[in-house]
Amino acid sequence: MPDTPAVEAVDLVKTFGKGARAVHALRGISFQVPAATVFGLLGPNGAGKSTTVRILATLSAPGSGSAAVAGLDVRRSPDAVRRTIGYVSQRPGFDPVATGRENLVLQGRLHGLPAAECRRRAGELLARLDLLAAADRLCRTWSGGMQRKLDVAMGLVHRPRVLFLDEPTTGLDPQARRELWDAITRLSRHDGVSVLLTTHYLDEADQLADRLLIVDDGRVVAQGTPDELKAALGDDTVRVEFADRHQAGAARAAIGALPGVGTALADDLTVTARVADGVGALPGVLDAVARTGGRATSVAVARPSLDDVYLHHAGRRFAQAGAAPAGSTGAGREQVPA
Amino acid sequence: MSATVVQTGLLTARSLRRLSRQPAYLAFTLVQPLIWLLLFGELFRRVSALPGFGTGDYLGYLTPGVIVMTAMSTAGWSGTAIVEDLDRGVMDRTLTTPVRPIALTGASLIHQGVVTVVQSLILLGVGLAAGARYPAGVPGVLALLACTVLLGWAFAALSDALAVTVQQQAALIAVSQFLTLPLTFLSSIMIAPELLPGWVATAARYNPVDWAARAARESLTAAPDWTAVLGRAGLLAALAAVTAGLTVTAYRSHRR
Repeated sequence: MPDTPAVEAVDLVKTFGKGARAVHALRGISFQVPAATVFGLLGPNGAGKSTTVRILATLSAPGSGSAAVAGLDVRRSPDAVRRTIGYVSQRPGFDPVATGRENLVLQGRLHGLPAAECRRRAGELLARLDLLAAADRLCRTWSGGMQRKLDVAMGLVHRPRVLFLDEPTTGLDPQARRELWDAITRLSRHDGVSVLLTTHYLDEADQLADRLLIVDDGRVVAQGTPDELKAALGDDTVRVEFADRHQAGAARAAIGALPGVGTALADDLTVTARVADGVGALPGVLDAVARTGGRATSVAVARPSLDDVYLHHAGRRFAQAGAAPAGSTGAGREQVPA
Repeated sequence: MSATVVQTGLLTARSLRRLSRQPAYLAFTLVQPLIWLLLFGELFRRVSALPGFGTGDYLGYLTPGVIVMTAMSTAGWSGTAIVEDLDRGVMDRTLTTPVRPIALTGASLIHQGVVTVVQSLILLGVGLAAGARYPAGVPGVLALLACTVLLGWAFAALSDALAVTVQQQAALIAVSQFLTLPLTFLSSIMIAPELLPGWVATAARYNPVDWAARAARESLTAAPDWTAVLGRAGLLAALAAVTAGLTVTAYRSHRR
């Protein structure tokens, strides 16, 4: 069934608690994850990302709505779903008093793989993640980055068709994050696994995900590829800086008169022009500047960022949403202090 | 069926491996019972001289009781490992495999059984060295171990069920504190049943710790009343089955 979506969620609703104190974690979320893609669920803390993944991973039942993983209904056939998925939660999922190899073998065995197959697969994953040297040391002695890689490996040991990664790089330093991104990309390509990843990092979503679903307060606010989402916002920005404000003023008029330029604003030393295609407009902009006799000190073309996308759809800056008080969001174990 | 057996074996191996890497934990659980045995055995030595106590060997009387008590209080902390797994992502990770709740429950109880047997044998040895005698020999010791393990299972499963449901260490502490001491004192662990005050004797009759203590003591006598031992062991087994059922149910509803 190559056309079966990796994940299909229809109108998922989940409420924790009752009455006045009820927390509406999901208010009706629907989406499809095409097979063999990396799909990002992006949103601030408490948006409902982890709740969604927990429902898909059979750890929690939806209040209403339905969900299927690889065509299998999560409520009607949870065991069949469990055989199909790997799950990496935001909290460490390995036993710290066991070695890396022991953790991997146990996880594979619990998924029903024969012992010899588990040992072979554990060795293969440890080698591919550069963890062989530490493989037989207790995991509590490992670095945070190594531990997180082991978590991902444990999610893949039984060759799942769908892998859920819940906030995979939270708490890692920049280098460990890059290494883990790299590992996720390589492993998912190599194993042909479909990945559903949640994150509240815009750069992570941009880097890893083929398609994105932006959620906020239990609702879907936008979806598409990162480029589509940015392109839907329309224009690129061309920013030209000058050493002199009179030059900037003259340049603004010249740039604003160019065909294809929407608006051009001068702000002290900087002229900001909105254009459909920033790179394409650049030669014309530089010509116009040269004709006014001004000299630009720097020129930059910027595409709309995911932050702009988020601002546009959720009506607030991403960083502000993430900093919202924890009491107003999410529920139970979903909250993890950043 | 066989998948459940394999899963139980795997999870048991994991927890016994943990135990073997942290043996200090087992030693720690023995500190308190050793104090009871050696200090109280000495302090109250002459209690057994009271008319109606029935035996002149107080240490021989006390040792099975302390063993039973130790099994209960250690088993009360069984859920700690579950709370740790819940706090980390280990439980989530495990529950996204096709693992059966019966396997999770069974592995915890087998682990608890091993701990109980090791503890009990050490305490029997200490009692012996301090002068207690067990006239029944090996069959008596085996019967004592069986009764003690059954009591341990009843409490371990209760602790596990609570851990899965409440998910907090504090709940386990409260339960251990509320249950362990009252159940110890409302029993014949320290004093012969015939000498217990009336209402305590009545309470003891419904106290599983007393069932285990009586069965354990009876098993070690020169001529055990096996019918009485079996009857109490049967009650303990029934209780353990009920609490194990609670744990399985708790895991099932945790996945909702």
